Amino acid sequence: MATAAQELAVHEKKELVSKEEKTVPGRYYIPYTDIHETDEAITVVMEMPGVEKKDINVSLENDVLRVDGQIDFAKYEGMEPVYTEYNVGPYTRAFTVSNKIDQDKISAQVEDGVLTLTLPKAKEALLRRISIG
Amino acid sequence: MALFPDPFETFPGLQQALDTYRTSGWLQPGLSGGGTYPPINVFRKGDDFIVITEVPGIKTSDIEVQVKGNTIRLAGTKSVTYGEKVSLHRRERLAGRFDRAVTLPIEINPEGVKAECRDGVLALFLPRAERDKPKTIPVA
Repeated sequence: MATAAQELAVHEKKELVSKEEKTVPGRYYIPYTDIHETDEAITVVMEMPGVEKKDINVSLENDVLRVDGQIDFAKYEGMEPVYTEYNVGPYTRAFTVSNKIDQDKISAQVEDGVLTLTLPKAKEALLRRISIG
Repeated sequence: MALFPDPFETFPGLQQALDTYRTSGWLQPGLSGGGTYPPINVFRKGDDFIVITEVPGIKTSDIEVQVKGNTIRLAGTKSVTYGEKVSLHRRERLAGRFDRAVTLPIEINPEGVKAECRDGVLALFLPRAERDKPKTIPVA
């Protein structure tokens, strides 16, 4: 349980430094992520403010979990910045998942700009408790 | 006057425009009180102003927006919770209280202020007070 007692500090957005270049110039950002694990599943929680549900793409391939979130820039049309403190851009992040994941049972949920991914562990990866007879 | 032909045609254009106004002199330093969270972007749309801020994971009921004169105040609490009996692998999301007051160099019509929160983005629509609007003086 995290306490909410302290003053919240500004978390400057982390820009993606990529090995390969993107075809579209512009900056991508790395969503701040919490990952926690229980006996049954791994939960990935990502902050992607401004990304609509339909613009989130989650894939798992060769044990690499990749999440992309696009921003709808049309929303800024006709608006002229006068003072800015942060920048906006699409989000992207990838993790290598070590445990065997039951790919068919991955579930995703978005609420208030926070994506929660639940990755249930595959049966064979589940912890078996062996009782000593 | 927009500096770019159409900064919003592509996202690099918008990013560039946002960079240009990074801590521009529009909002005088020292006038804002309290904390620095959440970071804000201020836009002009016609006569009116829009303040946008990113508040992912904060419930609408946990955000308090107040307007007094030309000062806006954003206060609230962000909490990050985990279930019982979990092992944490990564913890990057921050939690805590926030209270920020910003004094804008324009006069707002407090009756017309609207707040909207969607996908973790809070937008405040601030209509400019009628008497603060620039007047066009016809040249005789």
